[in-house]
Formats: sequence, structure tokens, C-alpha cells
Amino acid sequence: MARLLASGDTALVVEFGDIIDRDVNARVLALADRIAAARIAGIVEMVPTFRSLMVHYDPTRLLFAEIKAHVTGLMQDLSAVQHAARLWVLPTCYGGDIGPDLDDVAQATGLAPDEVVAIHAAGTYHVYCIGFLPGWPYMGDLDPRLALPRRENPRVKVPMGAVCIAQNMTGIYPLESPGGWHLLGRTPARMFDRRRRHPVLLSPGDRVRHLPIGRDEFDRLEAMALAGTLMLEPEVVAT
Amino acid sequence: MSAALKVVQPGLSTTVQDLGRIGHQRFGIPVSGAADPTALRAANIVVGNPETTAGLEIALTGPTFEVAADSARVAVAGGDSDMQVIPADGGEPRRVPALESVRVTRGAQIRIGAVSGSAVACFVVEGGFDLPLFMRSHSTYVRGGFGGLEGRALRAGDTLALKQASAPERGEVRLAGLDLKPQRTIRVVPGPQDDYFTPEALATFLAATYSVTREADRMGLRLDGPVLAHAKGYNIVSDGIAPGAIQVPGNGLPIVLLADRQSTGGYPKIATVASVDLPALGRVSPGHEIRFEAVTVEVAQALRREHEARMAGLAAGLEPVRGGALDPARLMGENLISGVVDARATGLVGA
Repeated sequence: MARLLASGDTALVVEFGDIIDRDVNARVLALADRIAAARIAGIVEMVPTFRSLMVHYDPTRLLFAEIKAHVTGLMQDLSAVQHAARLWVLPTCYGGDIGPDLDDVAQATGLAPDEVVAIHAAGTYHVYCIGFLPGWPYMGDLDPRLALPRRENPRVKVPMGAVCIAQNMTGIYPLESPGGWHLLGRTPARMFDRRRRHPVLLSPGDRVRHLPIGRDEFDRLEAMALAGTLMLEPEVVAT
Repeated sequence: MSAALKVVQPGLSTTVQDLGRIGHQRFGIPVSGAADPTALRAANIVVGNPETTAGLEIALTGPTFEVAADSARVAVAGGDSDMQVIPADGGEPRRVPALESVRVTRGAQIRIGAVSGSAVACFVVEGGFDLPLFMRSHSTYVRGGFGGLEGRALRAGDTLALKQASAPERGEVRLAGLDLKPQRTIRVVPGPQDDYFTPEALATFLAATYSVTREADRMGLRLDGPVLAHAKGYNIVSDGIAPGAIQVPGNGLPIVLLADRQSTGGYPKIATVASVDLPALGRVSPGHEIRFEAVTVEVAQALRREHEARMAGLAAGLEPVRGGALDPARLMGENLISGVVDARATGLVGA
């Protein structure tokens, strides 16, 4: 059963497990929804992660025993409620100079590069949580045939929009940053764009698919993204 | 005419900070905000701002500004850092101590030299800076390139627009008796992952002295001292990071996570700094020594409530500068006889 732990005097952690698991994550997100709906005065913000929910609160308004009691009450009959999710289809150009690890991944997995692309693009990925960088989505689960440890030598610079994999996860770099994941391609979709009203594109619980596109189409959409005119809308799907 | 401060010298690392970009950690957006929020809040109280008004956080070496406004009221706070006001006509500079307001006029220079008695100082202006909000905050997050002034530290030649064209004349004030220095003992609440460590490691963590290494910045402090043994490995599935969380990676040396910390992370956290002592950790420099003392979450919350009660009482404790109404003899001596002339000559009006 879940553990309620104090992380200092300003945060409560509700720990549902210590594994990466869809059911565990669904319960995390369900509890976050319930707490948000209860509108408890003194709760500052909530951070859902793979397997726990961190509730940041103001200790001058809520004592630990009080928030613990509130949250314990809201955890009764908590199930991984099925609710509608947003599905994003992200155009993605694989391989070549913008997917420099595609051939290495193919070699390491014993697959042809085309098969790696087909397997990656066939998945509908669940956004477990956002973290590491502003707007970085931890998405899974990756097909086990593509599971590889992180690169031994992380790159000093990974470009914005790089679509990448490591272990059973797939991600997208929101900013240029150092990184150790395997780069399969790039999407012109911006995970983080400070010009937008909502700078971060994805939310925990969203679904993501990658739609393979050619280099010309990538260049056209990337130019739109640079100009701030690439608008992506999700569709709402039952989960 | 527009009102601004022109950046003559930017200082080593001067960034715009408020009390943080709260409410977006679920999107991977760090909270940021002042490393020493007590200093920022106190400085704001001195110039009559709401405590949440954004100011400048100054690290090690301070900036120099030229006043490009009819007048402005400013203050500095942090350790015992002071500033110098150099009048436009090249008259005698005047030293203004920490936590004291001063009204400066067009053409004067404000020089904040070496930050003293703390790693950081905060500089504020009555009315605040006229900068765009990003995700409801003015705090600068340099790694992400957003917030503050173009998401970066100040540079020479920058212009910081002010919201107020001039500062009304009134008596200047000072705040006495507020300690903005680092402290040796830092209180912590054990957990949330203290069960990932051996009992010996927990005992060592609370008995030993740790020193702050050179890897100390707005994101966190890497500490040096006795190595802490993990009882069940050091890789956990990433979870949330509270302010002041103390994570212990594979090398067994603790890292205290501060304002610019990531919102999630994957190392076990042996303890979390009590929020009342977090501002003091924002003040430490490499070489500073720390001892951790365990308290319960209930004690940590009682301490924080006492701290907030003290902060709420600060405004009532403001004292007039140069005697003012409290010291008519001194007022006559300094302000009325020579003070008015001096004040004009030094670029200070109503001081």
C-alpha cells in the first residue's frame, strides 16, 4: 500500500511503489486529480512522478498531520480511473544526420534501421511525468526489442527536438542540452517554447505517437516552428 | 521621461529573482527565486514594496548602476553588504549600509562592491523593475534561458526599466537586528528515503561536519565529508524533489538541492533541510562548514511559523535613519544645518 512520507516541512510524498509501472502511475495521476478537485487551502502545487506524488504545501497554513489526514481521506477507494487522454501525433524525421544513432541502435539490437523506425513509430507512448528539463517527457513503454542502456559517452550537445530512447523509455529534448540517450531522429514540435501561452506542450498522462516524415517535410515544419507558426492540436481519446 | 537603472558594471553574476516560479514543477520548470529569500523580503520591506517584488540577486561581486530616473529609492540586504552612492557632480561618495533605504537622483551611481558576510545580496528598488513576467514570475533561470532580463545574468550596457518614474520624498528607514549571515547548524527532517541508508550512515550524517565544495551554485551545494553508505543501492526511480532535499549519489557525498533544483530526481534523499534554515544555505560559500541536526517535521513547522511571525513584525520595527523624529538634536545638527546641502551634493534627497 502507499506510504505517506514527509520530505521536510513543506512537502508530502505519497509513494505508491518503487517501480516504473503503468498502473502505479495511473494511481499517482488519479490521486493528483482528486487532490486538485478538493481544492485544499495551503496546497501550493503537486508534482506527479512515475511512482509517487509530491504535494508541496505551505506549512504556515497546513500542518503535516493535517495534510496527511486530508490526503489519506482522498486515497480511499482510489483506483486507476480511466479517463480521456490527449493524444499528440508528432511528425518525426528519423535517421540521417538528425538521427545519428539510428544505425548504432540497429546494430546493437540486430534489427535493420527501417525496422527500428517502424517499431518506434508503431508505439503509442504514455507520458509518465515531465522532469529533468523544462518540458522533458518521460514516455513509455518502449518495445523491449529497442531497449538499450544509455550511451557510454553522453553527448555534450543534443539539439532541441531530438527524439531519443534509453532502456524502456523514449523522450524528446526540449532544449539544446547535454544528453546520453540514443538519438533516432528529430521532431519540429517544440516541447518547450517560451513564446506560447502554455510553454510546455505535454502533460503527465498524455499519449504520444510519432509520425514518420521525410527530410523536406521536416525542414518545412521546422521553419514554421522557428517562426512560431507550427500549431499542433491533440485529439481526445478514451484510454 | 522613462525611468531606468543603467548597468555600468554587471557584477560577477547578477540576476533578477523574486520568491520563485511556483506552480509549474509538474512541467519540469524549476522554482528558482532568491537564494536568500529572507534578504529579498527584508530589503523589500525597507523600501516599502510587497515582499514578493522582484529584486536583483548579486553573487560575490556587485554591479554598478547609473540612475536614469528623476529619483529612485533603493536598498541592499545580505550578510553585511553595503553600497556606495556617488553623486552626479562627482561629490563625495556616501556609504549606505545593508537594510537601509536611500533616495538617489538622476545621474548618481550606485556601486555595490564585494558582497560581504554572505554569498549573495539582494538589491531592490521601490516599485520594482518593469520586466515581463514569464509563467507568473520574474525569477531568472539561466540554464533554461527564461525569466528576469532575457533569461540571463546582467551585462554592462543593459537598461533595467523601473515601474516608478520617481520616488516620493519621505524619511528613510533602516531595519536593525536581522541576521543575514550563514549559520553552522542546519536543521533537517530525516527522509523521505532515509531507509535507503545504513544506520551507521544516518548516525554519521548527523554527527559529522561537512564542508561546502567549489561546486556550489543556485542549483545546489555539493558537500565534502564522511562518505555515507547506501543500504540498498543508489538508483531509485525518479521522484519529486522538495526544496532543501539532500540527495546522496553513488559516491556517498551529500548534495543539498536549492532554488534552481530540478523538479524530479533519481537519487535517494537522506534528509530534507527545515524550511526555516533554507535561506541560510543560500548564503554559504565554498569552504563553509555545516553540521546537520535532526528535528521532527512538527518542530520544523513550528520553527517556520515562528520565523514567519518575525517576518510579519519586521515592518513595525523599521527605524528612521539619522535620528529623524526620534532624535531632534541630531536632526538639527545633521539634516537642517548641513544635511540639506550635503544631501544635494551627494545625490541624496530627503536622506
